[in-house]
Amino acid sequence: MSELRDLYQEVILDHVKRPRNSGALAGASHRADGDNPLCGDKVTIFLSIEDGRITDVRFQGRGCAISLASASLMTEAIKGKTEAEVRAMFERFHTGLTARDEDDAANALADLDKLAVFGGVREFPVRVKCATLPWHTLVAALDRATQPVKTE
Amino acid sequence: MSALQTVTASRSLDVARIRADFPILSRRVHGKRLVFLDSAASAQKPQAVIDAERHFYEAEYANVHRGVYWLSQRATDAYEAAREKVRRLLNARETREIVFVRGATEAINLVAQSYGRTFLSAGDEVLITHMEHHANIVPWQMLRDEKGTVLKVAPIDDAGELDLDAFARLIGPRTKLIAVTHVANALGTVLPVQAVTRLAKTYGIPVLIDGCQAVPHQAVDVQALDCDFYVFSGHKLYGPTGIGVLYGKAALLAAMPPWQGGGDMIRSVTFEKTEYNELPWKFEAGTPHFAGAVGLGAAIAYVQSIGYDAIATHESELLAYAMRELSKINSLRIIGQPRRRSGVVSFDLGGVHPHDIGTILDHDGICVRAGHHCAQPTMDRFGVAATVRASFAIYNDRDDVDALVAGLSTVREVFRL
Repeated sequence: MSELRDLYQEVILDHVKRPRNSGALAGASHRADGDNPLCGDKVTIFLSIEDGRITDVRFQGRGCAISLASASLMTEAIKGKTEAEVRAMFERFHTGLTARDEDDAANALADLDKLAVFGGVREFPVRVKCATLPWHTLVAALDRATQPVKTE
Repeated sequence: MSALQTVTASRSLDVARIRADFPILSRRVHGKRLVFLDSAASAQKPQAVIDAERHFYEAEYANVHRGVYWLSQRATDAYEAAREKVRRLLNARETREIVFVRGATEAINLVAQSYGRTFLSAGDEVLITHMEHHANIVPWQMLRDEKGTVLKVAPIDDAGELDLDAFARLIGPRTKLIAVTHVANALGTVLPVQAVTRLAKTYGIPVLIDGCQAVPHQAVDVQALDCDFYVFSGHKLYGPTGIGVLYGKAALLAAMPPWQGGGDMIRSVTFEKTEYNELPWKFEAGTPHFAGAVGLGAAIAYVQSIGYDAIATHESELLAYAMRELSKINSLRIIGQPRRRSGVVSFDLGGVHPHDIGTILDHDGICVRAGHHCAQPTMDRFGVAATVRASFAIYNDRDDVDALVAGLSTVREVFRL
C-alpha cells in the first residue's frame, strides 16, 4: 500500500478531482494534441506565448489519474516561464522519473517543487508514459508540431 | 439425489490438480500469489505443452515435407498428427480443411486477401457485427479500400447482444460474406452463431466465425455450425504463440488462390509456370511453425483430457460467482449484460481509469487487462474509452475472484470511492 500511496499521492488525487487550467484556451498561439493509443489517453495543450514567455496555458484531455494530474500540475508549473526554462524542466522531470540511480532521480526532482510528487512513478515503469504525455505534447506545441505526438 | 451428486462430482474439475499442471502459477509476483485473470489475451501453458515442444526440439526435429531421411519423416508425421488433432477438435470433415497459420489474425487476413480479393468486387458487401475484435474489422477495411467493397456493421443493444433482426435486415443481394465472432472478446457475449449461419445459408452467403474466445471454453463442431470458415489462435487455447488455425470447407479452399508464394505451397516450379500444391499445403508457404503445431496438438490433447463438459461447468460456476461478488461492489458497473456470457467480464469502477486499476491490482499480483481490448468500436458503443477486463480459464478458482475483489477494495481506498 505504501508504494501505491507514493504513486497516488494526495496532491495527484486532488488534481484529478479538480484539474487546474482545464478547458480550451481562446486565442492560443500554440497548441498540440497528444495521445497514448494503447490506453486511450488524450491531451491537448494550448499555450499563449508572448516574447518567448508562456503567459497562459490550458489543457483538455481524458486519461488515467497520472496523466491528468501531470497535465494539471504541469500547467501550474510552467505559467510565466520561458520556453527554455520549461524545456529544462521537462528534462529534469524525465530524469526524475526514469534515472536508474535513485539519487540522480531525487536530485532532478528536488528543484521541481510540486512536480516531485511524481517521483513514485519511477517504481512503475509502464506508467512513465502517462506522466510524460502532457510534457511531450507541450514540447510539440512549442515546436508547433502539426502531427499528434505519441508516447508509445 | 446421490446419483445426481455423483454425476456432478465426476464431471467437476479438480482445480488444484489443474493448477499444478501450470508451472507459472506457482511463481510469485511482487511477493504475492500470481492471480492470472488475463487468459482471454493469452492463456498460460500446461507442462504437457511445454514438454511436447521441448521433446520435439530435442528428439524429433527436422524440417517437414522435405527430407527423405527418417528424422524429417518423424517431424512431418508429428506435424500432420497435430493437424488431425485440430480436425477432431473442430469436427471438420477432412484434415485438408485445416490450414495452419500464425493465429486468428493471419487466418482472417488470408480469407480477406485470397477469398475476398478473388470473389468480391466493388459494391459487394461484407457484414460484421459491432462487437468484433480489430482483427475481424481491419482486414475487411483493407479489402474495401482496395476493391471498393462495402463494410456493413450489425448493431448491438445495450446489453451487448447482437440485434439479430437488424442483422437479418442488413443482409441484401450484395452481401457476399458474413464474418462474426463466436464470443465477443471485450464483453463475453456468446453470439447466436447457429442462427447466423442458418440465416446466411438461406441466402447462400459464406460465413466466417472468429472462434478465438470460444474454443478455450466450449466444444465447437464446424459441421453442425455449418460455417464456411472458422478461425482460432493456439495461444489462447493453452498452446504456443505463433500458431493458429484456419478451417475452411474444402470446396471453398480449393477454389481460393494461394495468398503467399514460396516453398511447400508448390508442386512444381519453372520460370514459366508454377503448379500449386494440394490443400492444405497450398496455403502454407515457407517452413511452417510445425513445432508450434506440435505444441498446439499437445494443448488440444490436454484440454480434451479434462473435457469440455467439465470445463464449461467449472467456468460457468466461477463466472457466476465472479459476477455475484463484483456486483456487490459499490460504484462497479459491469459493461454488457448478455444472456449468455463466456469467459470474460468487463467493468468500470467509479470512473477510475482502467490503467490506474490495473496498476493497483498488479501490485497485489493480479493480472487483468486494462484498455480497449482491441475492440475500440465496442468501447465506443458503450461510451467508454477503456474497461478493466477479468477473464477466466480452467486454472482459475474462487481464490482468484476473492483476490480480485480485495484488490478492487484497495482501488476504492486509494481513490477514496
